[in-house]
Amino acid sequence: MDIVIIGLLLGGTYALMAMGLQLQYGVARIMNLANGEMLIAGAFGAFWFYLGTKASPLLALLFVIPLAFALNWAIYRVLILPLVRRAKSQGKLEVDSILATFGLSFIFIGIMVAVFGAQYTDYAYLSEPIFIFGERYGLNRVVAFLASAALCTGLYVWLHKTRAGLALRAVSVNPSAAGLVSINVARTSAFAFALGGAVTAAGGVLLSMYLTFDASYGVVFTLKALIIVILGGVGDIRGTIVAAFILGLAETAVATLIDPGLTLAAAYILFMIVLLVRPEGLFGRRTA
Amino acid sequence: MRRREFLKYSAVTALAAPFVRVAKADLPAIKVAVIGAKTGPLAPGAAVTHFPPYRLWAHEVNAGGGLKLKDGQHKVELIEYDDRTQPPEAIKAVERAATVDKVDWIGGLYATGFNLAAAPTFARLGYPQLTQACVTDQAPLIVKKYPGFFMFQASTTSYAKGAIGVLKKLKDGGQIGNKVAAVNVADDFGIELANKGRPLFKEAGFDIVYDKSYPLGAQDYTPVINAAKAANPDAFVAWSYPPDTFGLADAAKIQGLNVKAYYCAVGCAFQGFAQKNGAAAENILGAGGINDTPEIRAFYKRHKEVTNVDADYWGSPFYYAMLQVLAQSIEAVGSLDRMAIAAHFRNRKFKTLIGEVEMPGQILDKVYTVGQWQGGFFAAVAGQGFSDYAQVKLKTSWG
Repeated sequence: MDIVIIGLLLGGTYALMAMGLQLQYGVARIMNLANGEMLIAGAFGAFWFYLGTKASPLLALLFVIPLAFALNWAIYRVLILPLVRRAKSQGKLEVDSILATFGLSFIFIGIMVAVFGAQYTDYAYLSEPIFIFGERYGLNRVVAFLASAALCTGLYVWLHKTRAGLALRAVSVNPSAAGLVSINVARTSAFAFALGGAVTAAGGVLLSMYLTFDASYGVVFTLKALIIVILGGVGDIRGTIVAAFILGLAETAVATLIDPGLTLAAAYILFMIVLLVRPEGLFGRRTA
Repeated sequence: MRRREFLKYSAVTALAAPFVRVAKADLPAIKVAVIGAKTGPLAPGAAVTHFPPYRLWAHEVNAGGGLKLKDGQHKVELIEYDDRTQPPEAIKAVERAATVDKVDWIGGLYATGFNLAAAPTFARLGYPQLTQACVTDQAPLIVKKYPGFFMFQASTTSYAKGAIGVLKKLKDGGQIGNKVAAVNVADDFGIELANKGRPLFKEAGFDIVYDKSYPLGAQDYTPVINAAKAANPDAFVAWSYPPDTFGLADAAKIQGLNVKAYYCAVGCAFQGFAQKNGAAAENILGAGGINDTPEIRAFYKRHKEVTNVDADYWGSPFYYAMLQVLAQSIEAVGSLDRMAIAAHFRNRKFKTLIGEVEMPGQILDKVYTVGQWQGGFFAAVAGQGFSDYAQVKLKTSWG
């Protein structure tokens, strides 16, 4: 029971890291290597807000989400769109966007070092035990998990029940065909990219409640997010969520039952097995 | 190739430009290169321990008019370089400082591996290497090979010995039992400490009831703490690095790990650790520590005022003392003859912030190895060469 709950809480953390990248990669087709830096930026936003006001860092979501949305919209318009326009194929776009966002990540790191400094940053918020079935869990992790669950559910419902969500999914399935049924593909992609950035930054706000981070730490999150997105299948948000929980549970089970030193190995073995058996990911579509 | 190199260096110069401090003095300034990580995994540590002591030192030297050489007072000009936590970049920066910027002195690099990797380069370029952030058991071999290599630091074993010695004293005094849970981060210093620690624990009569490693950069330490807790230890020892030092303490607090002695290695000495954990940090043991004196208290205050960074309780005061040794040696030699300055380091006593020190055999004669948070101060409770240590207290609660 212990393993299940700790694993679920960790899975919630992973879902937060990966959901934004899924929107950016799965729908907007941009492999954003600066994703982790956006997460750190959100975390810094929450830290700064908490230091200044001593109010709940959750309130920081109110300004972090719109700011991150606007920033990512601008990044897409200025930096990514020219790449999309000149890309002759999906493969070319991926290579170009990887290079461009890789460079972008250094710019983000430089700005964050200049503004917030390079030190370890963290703060204690709700760092107290909560008892579930008689066992102790961190209240901050539970709160972040609930917020992440709400975020995932909201996104899922929005994607599947609204017209705008349908357009997003259509672009994700086939951008050129989506254009034929009068979906503004460029606009929808920009929206998906901006939304992905906002979700990532929101994840950063929630993670900052219990993780120690610094300006250069983003790459850790980018890598984890990448594994989860590919594990779950590109283009399907359900896959990302399921993969995040599988990873969280697997790592916790291995850490508890076998050896904490093998958690990384467990994650990568899982990743390899999925790639061998279902190269398109758990929920991915087979490409023709 | 030439052009590309040129462009690359111009870019580096442009990046470094904001960090360059120009001293206004009639005599040419003494140029000191400070090479370390401003980005990458080692950046958070360097931002506290490595760069600020140089800035404080230069600020104070310049406020006093500069260093007195034979021809008059020279101010100090720092040139900072970002090695991006990559040894090849650090070595390139050393080369560039020596050959392009033609600095008068190159400070030791940040972190052990970098100093060891760059030692041949320092030697080839004719620069002594005065290091603080360099902890290794290979020290005697290295200083023998490189006569310009100085270590303002102790060996890995002395840190493991210090920590285990503190626990042994508690055990022999009947204050704790003999069951110890030990975990370590699966990265160089953590692995080295754990390997040195195992036989030392046995020797000291401890029963290791839990002994596991965990990967660097894990996101949840609850399983580690829970497993250690299940083994029902009397003492908990984590040979840890900063992100996990923070994460483990958080999990231990939430899980109520009821040990009477809790030790976490690297990062415990950061003021951020105490600030974050508040009352929970009380009586936590860790690597480092410093003697509580009015001079030290004043140093922390000045450090914060000048650099806007809270100095740590391990490397920071030693870094500053090391720079005092450098300044005294430069003034005693009266010129910027690097080899003469290095020769002056040997077999002399220096009055510094941390007391009277010397470097017999190119290695510092005294260090604090274990500190304990006591009322917001990380007081030294063990070390070698010093005589005044604070009394170790038992960890009674998590606040």
